[in-house]
Amino acid sequence: MIHFVLLISRQGKVRLTKWYSPYTQKERTKVLRELSGVILTRGPKLCNFVEWRGYKVVYKRYASLYFCMCIDQEDNELEVLEIIHHYVEILDRYFGSVCELDLIFNFHKAYYILDELLIAGELQEPSKKTVARLISAQDQLVEAAKEQRSSISNIIAQATK
Amino acid sequence: MALSGMRGLSVFISDIRNCQNKEQERLRVDKELGNVRTRFKNEKGLSPYEKKKYVWKMLYIYMLGYDVDFGHMEAVSLISAPKYPEKQVGYIVTACLLNENHDFLRLAINTVRNDIIGRNETFQCLALTMVGNIGGREFAESLAPDVQKLLISSSCRPLVRKKAALCLLRLFRKNPDVVNVDGWADRMAQLLDERDLGVLTSSMSLLVALVANNHEAYWSSLPKCVKTLERLARNQDIPQEYTYYGIPSPWLQVKTMRALQYFPTIEDPNTRRALFEVLQRILMGTDVVKNVNKNNASHAVLFEALALVMHLDAEKEMMSQCVALLGKFIAVREPNIRYLGLENMSRMLLVTDVQDIIKRHQAQIITSLKDPDISIRRRALDLLYGMCDITNAKDIVEELLQYLSTAEFAMREELSLKAAILAEKFAPDLSWYVDVILQLIDKAGDFVSDDIWFRVVQFVTNNEDLQPYAAAKAREYLDKPAIHETMVKVSAYLLGEFGHLLARRPGCSPKEIFSIIHEKLPTVSSFTVSILLSTYAKILMHTQPPDPELQNQIWAIFNKYESCIDAEIQQRAVEYHAMSRKGAALMDILAEMPKFPERQSALIKKAEDTEVDTAELSAIRLRAQQQTSSALVVTDQRPANGTPSNTQLGLVKIPSMSSNVDHNLPDQDISHENGTLSIVDPQPPSADLLVDLLGPLAIEGPPSSDVQSQPNIVPGFEDAPNAAEATAIVPVGEQANSVQPIGNIAERFHALCLKDSGVLYEDPNIQIGIKAEWRAHQGRLVLFLGNKNTGPLVSVQAIILPPSYLKMELSLVPETIPPRAQVQCPLEVVNLRPSRDVAVLDFSYKFGIDMVNVKLRLPVVLNKFLQPIPVSAEEFFPQWRSLSGPPLKLQVVRGVRPMPLLDMANLLNNLRLMVCSGLDPNPNNLVASTSFYSESTRAMLCLVRIETDPADRTQLRMTVASGDPTLTFELKEFIKEQLVSIPTVSRAPTPAPPVPQPTSPVAALTDPGAMLAGLL
Repeated sequence: MIHFVLLISRQGKVRLTKWYSPYTQKERTKVLRELSGVILTRGPKLCNFVEWRGYKVVYKRYASLYFCMCIDQEDNELEVLEIIHHYVEILDRYFGSVCELDLIFNFHKAYYILDELLIAGELQEPSKKTVARLISAQDQLVEAAKEQRSSISNIIAQATK
Repeated sequence: MALSGMRGLSVFISDIRNCQNKEQERLRVDKELGNVRTRFKNEKGLSPYEKKKYVWKMLYIYMLGYDVDFGHMEAVSLISAPKYPEKQVGYIVTACLLNENHDFLRLAINTVRNDIIGRNETFQCLALTMVGNIGGREFAESLAPDVQKLLISSSCRPLVRKKAALCLLRLFRKNPDVVNVDGWADRMAQLLDERDLGVLTSSMSLLVALVANNHEAYWSSLPKCVKTLERLARNQDIPQEYTYYGIPSPWLQVKTMRALQYFPTIEDPNTRRALFEVLQRILMGTDVVKNVNKNNASHAVLFEALALVMHLDAEKEMMSQCVALLGKFIAVREPNIRYLGLENMSRMLLVTDVQDIIKRHQAQIITSLKDPDISIRRRALDLLYGMCDITNAKDIVEELLQYLSTAEFAMREELSLKAAILAEKFAPDLSWYVDVILQLIDKAGDFVSDDIWFRVVQFVTNNEDLQPYAAAKAREYLDKPAIHETMVKVSAYLLGEFGHLLARRPGCSPKEIFSIIHEKLPTVSSFTVSILLSTYAKILMHTQPPDPELQNQIWAIFNKYESCIDAEIQQRAVEYHAMSRKGAALMDILAEMPKFPERQSALIKKAEDTEVDTAELSAIRLRAQQQTSSALVVTDQRPANGTPSNTQLGLVKIPSMSSNVDHNLPDQDISHENGTLSIVDPQPPSADLLVDLLGPLAIEGPPSSDVQSQPNIVPGFEDAPNAAEATAIVPVGEQANSVQPIGNIAERFHALCLKDSGVLYEDPNIQIGIKAEWRAHQGRLVLFLGNKNTGPLVSVQAIILPPSYLKMELSLVPETIPPRAQVQCPLEVVNLRPSRDVAVLDFSYKFGIDMVNVKLRLPVVLNKFLQPIPVSAEEFFPQWRSLSGPPLKLQVVRGVRPMPLLDMANLLNNLRLMVCSGLDPNPNNLVASTSFYSESTRAMLCLVRIETDPADRTQLRMTVASGDPTLTFELKEFIKEQLVSIPTVSRAPTPAPPVPQPTSPVAALTDPGAMLAGLL
């Protein structure tokens, strides 16, 4: 299973963390510090796996961002590597050639999308199309609620004029 | 793309990004936190929108790494908001900020449940996602049935059901009982017919967890998994959107093959054939392509297929194909594939007898040890370690030593440990071993723990031939300008003990040795100073007649340290000074160290370390565990290795039985001193026979028999008693086949373990009876060899192969037993120390043309040296408390043969453990006491407490206490062996609830490397 997902920028800034195993706040900070140290210093032509504390961290760099997923030692590494890519492709489709800035200002979207992709540290949906459909349905729900609210506030505003 | 509608948040994020340094950022964050805090204080004035915004800000600040110790309540409270946008934020932020142990989550449990059972599909999804990500035990208990309903409901859409599947997986991990309900296995099998691939993928993940826990219940899912795999990999019957770079859902393929690896075997020939067809297709049809993602995905499938093939123990041809593939992979440039090739090759080592093919790649693997990538180097190191045996040990260890000088610190410790273990395990000669360890200390002294150099000292002390060599080597290292302190310690020790053996060599006079060691004194720590003082005393002692000048020098040093602040040093200085003035008496006091006895603490520690709860073992770990002993035996046994009898390094060189001298030491010593160990097996392979019994898997493969037969017995073997039981009799070659034993030998042996007279073995020609008397740590057995025939039995031979802990002496056995006659052969036994090993009687005779040879376990077992003693409550509790230190052994035993408490009490009484009723207030518990006798422990009180669980008779908790850790451990294991249900005859392919650490005691016993590892 995937124990956690981290998105870390090349400068060591954290862009997303998602923990599927119970880590305390302290442990989370420690993991982040340790792994940034290990992963960000790795050269470009090395393999995508790092052995760490009896686990394996599968990571891949996309432009300035490192996507990391921590798995058990006997899990299938390449499978997880492609989950990362799957996620990136979905983000790319959603934002239209995604860049780090998109994920900084829309970090909540990155979380929504991740939740459609993984639950309990396991892949729930292998189809990009389906994920995209579900996310846009969610967006519509939010939009609809907003319109409703603004129309109500319009009415109130008009009434109180 | 700006954050739609939440300007405040966007502005905050921009502000943070514009901060010039960490200090500014902190100020900005603090300001925002203060703001959020005040707003939350006045919660009533907050609109849902504002609340949402602040909660997101909190998450953002939290992600930046700041402590956010408030506002959790607000996040959780958003979950119960009526509108989707607020609820969504509540669920997601809660799942990110809190973990399953957080108290606030409890508050939400009702709302979450209402969302799950409610009609709103989008709410259901949100709730299932959160529970799936951070649900804990409490969620499992209150929500599992609802989630199960959603998963199998026909009215729910796939988007809900796939989330329900993974949510249930989470709950199952938190509490397996909530899912293991009647009928669920059938439902699970039905779920695998699902056409929606999202639901199927999620369900497959759930199935993997379920079968890992209990594959028995899910047999009906097995053919469905194979069908799914056929559908994907063969028929490619899958909607376009579920192919990934042209590959039919690689994730589902991988998951399906993973699930299949938890079934011990596939019995149905049609299913098996179908599966192998698919696997063959995957193995053959995966090509390297340009597109990285396609390549990764297809290789993810390929590596999983490899693992499945290994697990299923396919035919040799397919295995060689796999090794060939791996051989190709470890040579490619793509680092991921190379890494995985190495990793899987290591797994391959555990599984099959393909070592020879793997050895062909040794050069390539060594290249990977120099790879720029540490991940790959680690894999290469692991693989080299695993594939090392006597044929290639020299090369491999030398490579490791060479690499040690350049390796980064992160790897040196592991590297030096591995090198030390291999050097010990496979040393072709002892001087090489000494060389290796000294080099290790020289190159990586910081990473060589004391245990390693202690070990060298033990070997050198116990092997006279080695002493001059080791001393000379130590002397050479002292000439180096800067040496590691550990080197100072070991050199000083060796030169103190054996330096006088070099006296005639240049530069090695006592004076010279003294002065070169003394040069190091100012730079070393106080522990080393005390070793040096001992060395000086030894040098003085060896310098006869005394050299006044040297004597004065050393006395001056003693004199100086007599006032040292360190008590240890002071004491040594005072004592050595006083003793060295005694002249000739010094020779007696400071004579050479006697040979070292066995060091068992390492073994125990090792055993303890592996004593883990095996419930959650994954397929691979489980497999590895099953295979450990086979790997061990295979390396030890292969005649191809050149030296069939002795592949391990013993502490003492003894003509025979040397492969496990390591723990034989004390009685070997005895045998040298007074020659009482009269029976020494004349045949050279005897060492292997003894090893065989300790390493369960070799039992069917004595050295003369076909090595090919071994792999067949590999699957399904989990523990030593099991294996030994099934095959207590060992046919040698084919000669024994014509005479079959009467009755079950294993049963006879077990009966005799509980009583003192009876039949040990019977066949149409002979009956061997046994009668035993026991007194404290001694015993006297009489073997009654009765010829049942009207013709004589000739060439009768009875040889005892005693384990190290017993001293056994068998009186002469006549070569011929006349017709219808009975011969009595007394056998004296002395128990030296606690152990569960079993003595073996190697018995052979000839009748007519039949040559019969059987190896029988003798009922000289641990409980024979027990003497039940009643203990009253007044005596028991103080004893129990006084023993509750580290030697106390507590263990949960699973897989117990269910039996009523009364029967268990009887069993314990039969084992001479006196059950003291009424001591434990809980009627489900048993308390027993006994005293154990051996030469080393004398009479030793042992207390046992067994706590049974009336709800589950197959498990219990056992606590054993005694004054001796070895005894405690052995007694615990012994009782455990008696209690667990061992499938004796039907060796069904069920890795039944494994007895915790089934193989490790065996491995540890026979394997000095393992002992060494345990030390560290």
